[in-house]
Amino acid sequence: MNAAATVDLRKTFLGNIYAIPNGKKINECLQCGTCSASCPTSEAMEYSPREIIAALRAGLLDRVLKSNTVWLCASCYSCSVRCPAGIPFTDVMYELKRLGVEYGLCPNGATNAVMAQVFVESVDRHGRNHEPELIRKYLLRTNPLGFLRQVRLGLRLLRRGRMPVWPHKIKGVDVLRKMMAKIEENSAK
Amino acid sequence: MGMNKAYDISTRSVARALGLELVELDDWNCCGATAYMAIREKRSFILSARNLALAEKTGRPLVTACSACYVVLRKLNKYMAENPQLRAEIRSALAVGEMDYQGKVPVRHLLDVIVSDVGEEGIRPRVRRPLTGLRVVPYYGCQISRPFGEIDDEEFPQSLDRLVSWLGAEPVPFALKAKCCGGMMMTTQPPIGRRLTGKILKGSKRSGAHGVVTCCPLCQMNLEAYQQQVGAEMGSDCEIPVLYFTQLVGYALGLGPRELALGDSLTPVESMLTEKVACT
Repeated sequence: MNAAATVDLRKTFLGNIYAIPNGKKINECLQCGTCSASCPTSEAMEYSPREIIAALRAGLLDRVLKSNTVWLCASCYSCSVRCPAGIPFTDVMYELKRLGVEYGLCPNGATNAVMAQVFVESVDRHGRNHEPELIRKYLLRTNPLGFLRQVRLGLRLLRRGRMPVWPHKIKGVDVLRKMMAKIEENSAK
Repeated sequence: MGMNKAYDISTRSVARALGLELVELDDWNCCGATAYMAIREKRSFILSARNLALAEKTGRPLVTACSACYVVLRKLNKYMAENPQLRAEIRSALAVGEMDYQGKVPVRHLLDVIVSDVGEEGIRPRVRRPLTGLRVVPYYGCQISRPFGEIDDEEFPQSLDRLVSWLGAEPVPFALKAKCCGGMMMTTQPPIGRRLTGKILKGSKRSGAHGVVTCCPLCQMNLEAYQQQVGAEMGSDCEIPVLYFTQLVGYALGLGPRELALGDSLTPVESMLTEKVACT
């Protein structure tokens, strides 16, 4: 990433973070590492939560976004409730996920990003999440062999009537899509 | 009525038995959970706002049995209250569908309604089948107490423990009761998902509990569906019945196995209950 793009990324990021409740507290991070120690998945992350803020300050946010890091956040909010500076760090993670996708930096191995994409498609289509469709599409895009491994669980669920065959489409799905398009158009201004 | 339909069925049965009038939100949509807002935040706000707008028309509070819905819907209320510009954007988008949301609908988790509103005095006298001798791990997962901490302590929640004891069962002290089950990771990052659920299952098993009680559909699924694989990987027995808290409450209230969809479980919930609950 060139210098101008790095500055732009940082500006967009901070702008969006400042807009969320308590977002400005990100500037009060004292690098204590409580977030990293509380995070159930930080050991699998290339950059731990504390390091993400250090990277932001060093102008290296793009490196974080190119790694698998932010997509390993399970959204458990442990970091947010423990942060002594009151930084809503889970929401910071959400912002980083969106930014990575927006700037095309999201790595191929970010399976959670694929899941999120498939989820959005399913909800946009039906107004609800159709679980079998979600799993099928996700596995076909990431790991077709894994699909075969899930068949057994699928059959166990099917036997208990827990595998809905047809998606339920809500009546208001067209209106829902229009309202979602409208808010995107508003925020693009 | 998807993979967690037993939660739906047992919720309705228990509400009926407790005299709680639950009215299904007409034509509700998915809240988007943790996945939708991870890539499309503004659109995800509309998902929540539409549900809340539908609820506002009914004049009732919105009650959900799912911890993800609970957090996502509550978050919208908070964001709308604190960010006037966002509030205006949401309302103008809703207007396209001739809807409106003022931001005033209280969002409640079913567990909170049962513990705080029905309460001990409402539960104890209705117990027909005291769960004497039954030891269960009350497992809360993440999103019921975090990040808001409004209905229970963020680190050490107690409400489900109390409810379990009102039913006559023994809540097992459990250090990991609010630890993350991994959520979507079980599908997207299976080794991480198995490690996280593994700790919870192994700990539950070691505690001597007869079962684990959950209050979130995704926790339930993660804990019940992969026990053999998780056990093999942990090198430890991880097989333990996992049930929704509504099933446990319903059983104590004397409801039948079909009203609680006990047969839907992937773990031997029904036989565990019949064996362990002392006949009176």
